[in-house]
Amino acid sequence: MTPTVAPVLEAKNLVKTYGRVVAVDGASLQLYPGEVLAVVGDNGAGKSTLIKCLSGAETPDEGTIELDGEEISFRRPQDSRDAGIETVYQNLAISPALDIASNLFLGREIRKKGPLGSIFRMLDGSGMKKIAKEQIALLGIGTIQNIGQAAETLSGGQRQAVSVARAAAFGQKLIILDEPTAALGVRESKQVLKLVENLRDRGLPVILISHNMPQVFEVADRIHIQRLGKRIAVVTPKSHTMNEVVAVMTGALEIDEEDQSLGPVR
Amino acid sequence: MTNTEVVHDAAAEFMNRSTKTQKVQAVLHKFPWLSSAVVLIISVITFSFFNENFMTPNNLSLILQQVAIIGAVAAGQTIIIMTAGIDLSCGAIAIFASMVMAKTSFVNGWPAWASFTLGIIVGTGAGAFNGYLVTKVRLPPFIVTLGTLNIFLALTLFYATGRTIMDQELDPFYLKLGYLINIGQFKLTTGVLVMLLMYALLAFALRYTGWGRHVYAVGDDIEAARLAGIQVNRVLLSVYMTAGFIFSITAWIVIGRVAAASPNTGSTLNMDSITAVVIGGTSLFGGRGAVFGSLLGAVIVGVFRNGLSLAGVDLYYQTFAVGVLIIVAVSVDQWIRRAHK
Ligand SMILES: Nc1ncnc2c1ncn2[C@@H]1O[C@H](COP(=O)(O)OP(=O)(O)OP(=O)(O)O)[C@@H](O)[C@H]1O
Ligand SMILES: [Mg+2]
Repeated sequence: MTPTVAPVLEAKNLVKTYGRVVAVDGASLQLYPGEVLAVVGDNGAGKSTLIKCLSGAETPDEGTIELDGEEISFRRPQDSRDAGIETVYQNLAISPALDIASNLFLGREIRKKGPLGSIFRMLDGSGMKKIAKEQIALLGIGTIQNIGQAAETLSGGQRQAVSVARAAAFGQKLIILDEPTAALGVRESKQVLKLVENLRDRGLPVILISHNMPQVFEVADRIHIQRLGKRIAVVTPKSHTMNEVVAVMTGALEIDEEDQSLGPVR
Repeated sequence: MTNTEVVHDAAAEFMNRSTKTQKVQAVLHKFPWLSSAVVLIISVITFSFFNENFMTPNNLSLILQQVAIIGAVAAGQTIIIMTAGIDLSCGAIAIFASMVMAKTSFVNGWPAWASFTLGIIVGTGAGAFNGYLVTKVRLPPFIVTLGTLNIFLALTLFYATGRTIMDQELDPFYLKLGYLINIGQFKLTTGVLVMLLMYALLAFALRYTGWGRHVYAVGDDIEAARLAGIQVNRVLLSVYMTAGFIFSITAWIVIGRVAAASPNTGSTLNMDSITAVVIGGTSLFGGRGAVFGSLLGAVIVGVFRNGLSLAGVDLYYQTFAVGVLIIVAVSVDQWIRRAHK
């Protein structure tokens, strides 16, 4: 069931090495409009490295990336953000000493209107706080009480929520989430999954990396299975079961790219 | 009351139950200069108790005049330390800039504005060179500035040919920052005012502009800042250049204060400025602190030295006391950090 529409984002044969470690070994990826693409794979399968290549946090050694059919080369995270791609990294990219609102607007602060902003470059602190509050409220993380609180005083899950809120607030084209629910409680995970569905309903495609199979099967339209730096299969929650996906992921089963049939590893 | 409200209230209570110590830590965390303000107040009260000459407008003015140079250098040092860097070459840059100013004006006969501009360009350029080595060659700031300290020092000695340019040889423009002005009973030099102005501008930029936030973010966690889309190298370079600019303004203050431009001064400015920054509550690990605290730090050292010498205490003990202050200040910083782990 390959969609006939053109992909929003297409990566072909990406390679990324760190010294002698080959983190991504000729992986490809397509993301179609309005879909949630889950990326699954064992620890060290190169999922995070793959999405870092897509967001400009790393530059791939080989391979091409196309956004809306045009080849792009992001040199730094700023470039992908300017192109409307928002990323929640596995390590969250939150500045511990800065408060929640400052973190949300880090790198794209809003200035005051009029000469105070244009000449004196003053930031609109209260305006940013207000928007930050709304975005956090949207996520329904009730335990965050003070938007002026330093990020380091937050719990791991709260920090993750701030990072997700930031991506949701600014994503224009697509959103990449690297294990966004890893540190979240049951209720908060549900909120994030609901947010992912909301984003899709808004027409924003989402790349979701997760180790949580039930979550993946709940929200994903397609599942990209990564193994040893390569994409070895793309399946859907309808065509395959959780056990089959896990078996493919760990190399216990092999999948035929053509007819999607499963067979033992040769 | 609905069920969810009950839950939220319970959550609020759960979150707000902190001990007194934790509250103190939280306040200090938010206002890192607060502990130095307390130290300053206590030491001023103590010294005035022991010596009636301490708390006089004359003496307090003198202290401020004495800390003008260290205070000014500490302003530039602060923003570098905030990015988890350090600048050992700051004094060398200031002295280099002062020699460029004095020599081009006296020996080459340049008009004051031209020699001054060149001095500023040289100082800012020296900062940019440090920044270049830190960001592009990716060397640790300590190593970079240890190297450039010696390079700038050598250049200064080479350029100045060991000669001090005296006040009567200097363009009157360069003595302007040594002028005394009376504010009530206080006698401040214009150099002190220029220093205070630099602090005000820097404090504004750090607190109210995007640049300021980026400086904190880069010092806090450079990888997080990069992933958040901040161009960290550009921020670092701007910090080293701004500091270089501040050090070259300091050059002007130095000439005004000693009424001469000498290649042989300023050798302890790097350590003295780091002392002021650390006592002022800025963390050597970056990302935390307030520039205003460094001013307090510089004043505290000035007050200690002045107060102890008025009390007839030997120079050795003064230096000893400053050493203790540094260790106490860093301990407090560590204590605050641990509270948030
Ligand atoms: N900065 C780096 N330097 C050196 N090696 C790295 C670096 N980043 C990743 N690697 C290596 O690349 C491989 C892939 O890592 P990556 O983080 O992409 O895996 P992952 O699929 O995201 O795993 P996880 O599920 O644990 O997050 C690993 O072997 C890892 O050790
Ligand atoms: Mg990962």
